Amino acid sequence: MAERLAAPDPAEAPLAAEAIEARLDEHLDLVLSSRRTAAGPARELAAFSRAEQELVLRWVAVLAAAHAELAYQFASLAPRALVLMDETGVEAWARQAMDTYDRAGLYPAVAALKEVEAFAERARARAAGLALEEVAGVLERLVQGLGGRPLKVEAAEGGARPWTDTETLRLPPVLGLLPGREENFRLYKAMAVTLWAQGWFGTWRAGLAERLAGAAPAVVALYEACEALRLEACLGRLLPGVRRELAALGEALGAAPLPAPWDEAARRLAAPEASAADSLALAEAWAGRVAPPPPRPWQGEARPAEVAAVQAARIERERGELRRALAALAEEQRGPVADPIRLEAAPFRLERVEDPVLPEGFTFRLELDGQPLEPPDEVRGLMASIVQDLGEIPEEYLVPAGPGEYDAEARPPERDPRDVWKGMYHEEGACLYDEWDHRRGHYRKRWCVLRELDVHPVRDGFVERTLRRHRGLVASLRRTFEVLRGEDRLLRRQPEGEEVDIDALVEAHADAATGREMTDRLFMRKRREERSIAVMFMVDMSGSTKGWINDAEREALVLLCEALEALGDRYAIYGFSGMTRKRCELFRIKRFDEPYSEEVRARISGIRPQDYTRMGVAIRHLARMLREVEARTKLLITLSDGKPDDFDGYRGAYGIEDTRMALIEAKREGIHPFCITIDREAREYLPHMYGAVNYVIVDDVRRLPFKVSDIYRRLTS
Amino acid sequence: MTAQTLRPEEHYIEAEPYYEPVGDEIEIFEAAWRNQLPVLLKGPTGCGKTRFMEHMAWRLRRPLITVSCHDDLTASDLVGRFLVAGGETVWVDGPLARAVRCGGICYLDEIVEARKDTTVVIHPLADDRRVLPMEKRGEILRAPPEFCLAISYNPGYQSVLKDLKQSTRQRFVALEFDYPEPELERRIIEKETGLDPAMAERLVKFAHMTRNLKGSGLDEGASTRLLVQAAKLIVSGIPPVAACRAAVAEALTDDPEMLAAIHELSASLF
Repeated sequence: MAERLAAPDPAEAPLAAEAIEARLDEHLDLVLSSRRTAAGPARELAAFSRAEQELVLRWVAVLAAAHAELAYQFASLAPRALVLMDETGVEAWARQAMDTYDRAGLYPAVAALKEVEAFAERARARAAGLALEEVAGVLERLVQGLGGRPLKVEAAEGGARPWTDTETLRLPPVLGLLPGREENFRLYKAMAVTLWAQGWFGTWRAGLAERLAGAAPAVVALYEACEALRLEACLGRLLPGVRRELAALGEALGAAPLPAPWDEAARRLAAPEASAADSLALAEAWAGRVAPPPPRPWQGEARPAEVAAVQAARIERERGELRRALAALAEEQRGPVADPIRLEAAPFRLERVEDPVLPEGFTFRLELDGQPLEPPDEVRGLMASIVQDLGEIPEEYLVPAGPGEYDAEARPPERDPRDVWKGMYHEEGACLYDEWDHRRGHYRKRWCVLRELDVHPVRDGFVERTLRRHRGLVASLRRTFEVLRGEDRLLRRQPEGEEVDIDALVEAHADAATGREMTDRLFMRKRREERSIAVMFMVDMSGSTKGWINDAEREALVLLCEALEALGDRYAIYGFSGMTRKRCELFRIKRFDEPYSEEVRARISGIRPQDYTRMGVAIRHLARMLREVEARTKLLITLSDGKPDDFDGYRGAYGIEDTRMALIEAKREGIHPFCITIDREAREYLPHMYGAVNYVIVDDVRRLPFKVSDIYRRLTS
Repeated sequence: MTAQTLRPEEHYIEAEPYYEPVGDEIEIFEAAWRNQLPVLLKGPTGCGKTRFMEHMAWRLRRPLITVSCHDDLTASDLVGRFLVAGGETVWVDGPLARAVRCGGICYLDEIVEARKDTTVVIHPLADDRRVLPMEKRGEILRAPPEFCLAISYNPGYQSVLKDLKQSTRQRFVALEFDYPEPELERRIIEKETGLDPAMAERLVKFAHMTRNLKGSGLDEGASTRLLVQAAKLIVSGIPPVAACRAAVAEALTDDPEMLAAIHELSASLF
């Protein structure tokens, strides 16, 4: 936080308008003109305390680093914001604008700033009530536990009632309708469960969504009301606890009893055999004659058009997925089929079996060639999802996809990873990581797009040459490392063990004969000192390693692999590089579960300098992989030649602070980071990033290959 | 009240342990036993593997010696060792050797937890040689036809370290276990605890809800064993929601969000 200004003395006199204007001009120069000056905002800001002024000026600087226009809008709206909110609130408002800018660009960010009133309102409600983000995780798991297709929980647009497109539940971002957090949570739960019920009890099944999408708004409103009544009855039967909670909520929120003729309708729709079709019939019959009753506070809004769109895409997708999964299943069961015609003879059949857990009361059992087959979880989930949409699984879904269709449907179009940079597509198939912005004291959400790529293996005899050249060293490395290998160690004089320790026994008898106490430590025990170490090597493949640094790195890796093979530790090697946050790349050289094969050696030969050094995202990704490995000690060793550096402002304090934060996150996961570098200036920043003892500077590049293995030995013994 | 001391090889199971067959596992086990083939039971925790073994031991009238494997289990823990008694060394058989001698059933529970080198000592017993080499005594123990080796293994722990070696697993007749169908699971809960059918059905529904969460935060859903425990609490008068929390939710996870979600599920059901 070195760049942050020291907190001003609150007793200090407020700045005058001219002084503020001068400081605003520094940052806003780019967007100011003779007709648009900073004088207006400056005049207004002059009325605030010095502390408040400094807060605004600090954020103007931060926002201007992103875009001057954003900073200008912030300065203009800040006086209003300061009236509406306290300082924490203003900071949250600025931060939200910054996050929106990162995610969606300038215009949405400015729009977010302009909604200062609404933001303040939400902040107040949040203080009193419950924010969706606090409970979204619980709600998501709750509806997943209830069953059916996995549903996401997200915030609905401002002021909208809860609704769902059958894949995402949209709930209000904040609830403050009831006095306490617990009560507001009940309301959230009621909304989530009733929206879940739409999918589970077939509100949109079998073309209903499409039909309603074309219906008059009055019919849709009536259908929504009818379905709400039917679903409440269904829920009551399935989940008595929910029925009690809904009743209590209705009472707390003062829900009026249903007006006639709705009380009669409720009775009819509450019958166990009532279906969505009954709701539709009633809605169509009453259209234009009866007004819907006031919606319950938790009642989901019916949005048939949205549902129809999502559903149509899903039905299409899942049909293909199921047919491909069945093709894979058939192949797995019967071995590859030479003749695709045989596959098309529909060897799969579905058998209805009773299942009281499902609302339909039955499920399907899959049969292949007349034999019942236990489908894998994905296939089962797919079948359940299809039944949720269609109420059945049509015959044609059971025809396994032929090889031709497989190509056409399954394989995504070939894409050049570089297209991310051109803005052609963004996140598909890539991992997204947050990045720490030290100026904001906040993460930039889903900021970096990271992809794993393969190193193109090169078979040019590099590894063989290296091994030949360092023949002596390799032999001595193997010897040194073999000694470290976990060997059985014989522990003598143990109270328990596999074998009797004769020496101890003789001594004990001598003791007994002379009247002294006889020990019970008479056994020997073998104990294996197992090395439970997993180590991840993260190799700098930035452009600056071009030439002999690259050679030294590759040689170091060759020797290291020899040593590690002797030692038996689990290890993985990845190279990192990239250009800008949209194209962060990790190059697989050796995965944890991969043996040190000829292929891996060829990949080591194939390591070539690429672009820039964005370290934070690489550390985050590799730490995530390390987390999944089971080992007592986990190491993340970076081989690097300089500071973090990338094309789009990832340098200086920003890059160092983000890298440091990524390392702190890794340490929190129990991973020990360590850095080996050849940058002689590294003493200035490495202690800050890695900690005082967790790095080594190798002064002479040519010594790198000898040093790395040696450093590793010292580090792990 | 006094605890009973029994030698494992004399421990015959007198009363029939309650077991509901799901498929043809009883017939297959019996056939394997008659043909002197070792058996591998796979399946998630708490689905009835151990109970099945007790039932089979009762059915075949053989003593059952169970060893729960752990990561420090050595070969001599299974085979036996010399102990010192009054100035002399005395050989003491390990549980595996005892089972071989008395022609019992030796059940190695969670075999993958044992050290890799330990699993190798069962190899000669698990193929057609059916002998247990006792290196330290310089003897070989030949198993009588009644002896049976059974091991269990939970394929759910998808870890490289906890996988069964091909050389081990390919010696066994394998039986797969899973949680029973809802109807059967309900009957098991009723029989084991005396819980009323409606409540037992709700418990089974609850178990299915937790199993829906497997893979998105839970490693395993609620096992039949946990349900039986929850049912026992309910029968002793604990309210169902509290019983589910104590016997199921807290046993499944420590994650506060997951706990809250499971708690809400049970609060919705009961």
